[in-house]
Amino acid sequence: MTTLRDLRPGERGRVTGYVSDQLPPRLFEMGLLPGTEVELIRLAPLGDPIDLKVRGFHLSIRKHEAELILVERL
Amino acid sequence: MSGSCHEPAVAVEAPRAPTITRRIALAGNPNVGKTTLFNLLTGLRQKVANYPGVTVERKSGRLVGHERIEVVDLPGTYSLNPRSIDERVAYEVLVGRMRGEPAPDVVVCVVDATNLERNLYLVSQIMDLGLPVVVALNMMDALAENGLELDVEGLARRLGVPVVPMVARKGQGVDRLKEILLRGVPPPPAERRWMLMPAVASVVEEMAQRLGEEAPDVPERQRFFEALSALTSDPLLETWQQRAPRFYEAALEARRDLEARRVPYRQAEMIGRYGWLSPLVAEVLRKRPDAQERTLSDRIDAVLTHRVAGPLIFFALLLLIFQAIFSWAVPFMDAIEAAVAWTGEQVRAVMPDGFLEDLIVDGAITGVGNVLVFLPQILLLFFFLGLMEDTGYMARVAFIMDRLMRRLGLSGASVVPLLSGYACAVPAIMAARTLDNERDRIITIMVTPLMSCSARLPVYTLFIAAFIPKIPVLGPFDTQGLAMFSLYLLGTGMAFVAAWVLKTFVFKGESAYFVMELPPYRAPQFKQIVYRMIDRAKAFVTRAGKIIFSLSIVIWFLASFPRAELDPELTTARQELETWYAHARDSLETVGAPVAAFEELEATYEERLAPIADAEAARQISQSFIGRLGHALAPMMRPLGFDWKITAGIISSFPAREVIVGTMATIYGVARASDDEIILREVLRADPAYSPLVAVSLLVFYVFALQCMSTLAIARRELGTWKWPAVMWLYMFALAYLFSLFIYQGGRLLGLG
Repeated sequence: MTTLRDLRPGERGRVTGYVSDQLPPRLFEMGLLPGTEVELIRLAPLGDPIDLKVRGFHLSIRKHEAELILVERL
Repeated sequence: MSGSCHEPAVAVEAPRAPTITRRIALAGNPNVGKTTLFNLLTGLRQKVANYPGVTVERKSGRLVGHERIEVVDLPGTYSLNPRSIDERVAYEVLVGRMRGEPAPDVVVCVVDATNLERNLYLVSQIMDLGLPVVVALNMMDALAENGLELDVEGLARRLGVPVVPMVARKGQGVDRLKEILLRGVPPPPAERRWMLMPAVASVVEEMAQRLGEEAPDVPERQRFFEALSALTSDPLLETWQQRAPRFYEAALEARRDLEARRVPYRQAEMIGRYGWLSPLVAEVLRKRPDAQERTLSDRIDAVLTHRVAGPLIFFALLLLIFQAIFSWAVPFMDAIEAAVAWTGEQVRAVMPDGFLEDLIVDGAITGVGNVLVFLPQILLLFFFLGLMEDTGYMARVAFIMDRLMRRLGLSGASVVPLLSGYACAVPAIMAARTLDNERDRIITIMVTPLMSCSARLPVYTLFIAAFIPKIPVLGPFDTQGLAMFSLYLLGTGMAFVAAWVLKTFVFKGESAYFVMELPPYRAPQFKQIVYRMIDRAKAFVTRAGKIIFSLSIVIWFLASFPRAELDPELTTARQELETWYAHARDSLETVGAPVAAFEELEATYEERLAPIADAEAARQISQSFIGRLGHALAPMMRPLGFDWKITAGIISSFPAREVIVGTMATIYGVARASDDEIILREVLRADPAYSPLVAVSLLVFYVFALQCMSTLAIARRELGTWKWPAVMWLYMFALAYLFSLFIYQGGRLLGLG
């Protein structure tokens, strides 16, 4: 089971689902939905949060949320 | 026109704005150039007020050349599913539920062309409200730079609303937009173009019907959207509990039903809207073959958020900002000081000697002048903060700092209010509104006043200049600058500790989620930054004008009354001096001495009078109300190294900390001699009651103590209770007292001071 947290910088993945139903709605409004392609750009200097490229823009979320999002590596 | 222009023959009536016949609202995501467009549409005659009941600013103006059309700039929002107070306002205005604010006639939805999918999400929501919508497709230049081409016609056709391509920062496309607005915009097509999953759609249709029966005032076209919002959002559902209880119950029932059937109804709206928008954008957007995978913004990010370089650059930037504020501002500050002193002299020259003259010159002019002096530093600080925000760097600061901030119970987004706290806690506390988690917001507000604000500067500057020798250290840095920096560091460090304590012992549990856009870097627009600086300057000067002016007068009064009894020794000395002077003058006149001799005599007289006048002034202050209060409370402050004079200064500065500078000047009777700006410093240095140790103790006291009425008032307004502001004041006073006590007593044990 791969989650967004498992991606390394530069790796791409496609969202397949969620581990929890407690994820913030904002995440979905920003377009992080099943089927969406994401690229992990980098980690923040202290290792958290992470910088994702989703739908052409940069979105920053914490690892805590990232590990609730299931992806398949591309 | 007659020769005299003092009074116009006919009283000119203040121009009254004509009645509004149409309202245009500007909506859009944050960082899409909404405010730039707003400034273009309205010119500079803008009105900033508050929405009723909340502290969110309502910025409005009239369409240039069309006085009857009002343009309102709504707070930036990603969706109509609001979480922060700002977003809530945007939502309520658009659905027509903001008190005293009818729903707009047209919505201009500003969209970042380089980020279409996410921006159109909000557009599709607004379209569902049935309001006429125009899409202002901004940043077309950036789109081209990224190597992308957009079929604007195709986009408009597919959306079913007019689309105007623009480059707002260059003013391109504004005329076309105005033309469309003036011609009139039809409502969007009635048919929804996106597909809600059928299991949810049928439930929502049913709810919409019920809503229509129970709340017929909700426009028919809006009902589906309202029903969907109530189904998926808790805060939006709550608003119906009173207004439409059966609809409310139906929503709860529907949720239970959908949950039992395991339908992902909370994501249904997003899946539906993006399901329409993603392919739509793919159809109209084309990548040119020369399109680069990594934009310039991405390359800048590789440096500014680099694991090593990122934090270093941020820290260096902070240091640079502080050093700049303390050196670049100096000439301007000198100029203001000179202007204030000059004004005082002019007033003295015109007014008859006596009580009123002292009140105006020593009380009011000097008091306001002492505060106006800080305007250059505040402007510089706001300039830097504006620059960081405008370029998109502020979001990177949040990104870099989030991990650290979270350990302390804050969020990366708390960095913005905390940094603004260096300028002034009042706007900083207001900036905390962007935090959509209540816990993070309260903690941020509670610790923000520990950030050394600009009102502390006068105190820092005075005592550092008086007691810390200036020795160059490295490059542009010297010991005084470093002393200043360490005071800021102390306050900031304590803010972190306080946040950690609040997180650990008061608000237990995990911090909320963090979902933040890192907007593309953009060249700053100096014009916009300057507008904002002027806004801030106005607010600051008004504050200086109102609060400080009246406080200065009150303090001058407390320091001047009751009148001290005359000291027989001083009276005798004064009389003797005056007799001697009259006598010497007479004899000079008798011998017909030259003018130079008279001048020399005058100088000698003034020189001998000065110590007597100073002693009288000191005696006066000592016996005045404020002096008595200082004497009475001095025993409590003595362990911190403060004598009755400092105590009186501290008391006088409880409403606004910068007042202490004026009070000290009054106490030492140097206000009168304010043409010499360093005199207060000299006098303080000469007073044996002070040592560098006392100065450090006092500085630390001012780092921590919450001496600002405005901060308490704004915290009360933002938190809706007096409980937190009271706790805030108490804990900060306790910190101030304990740290000063520790420093002074510790220093004495070490044989300092």
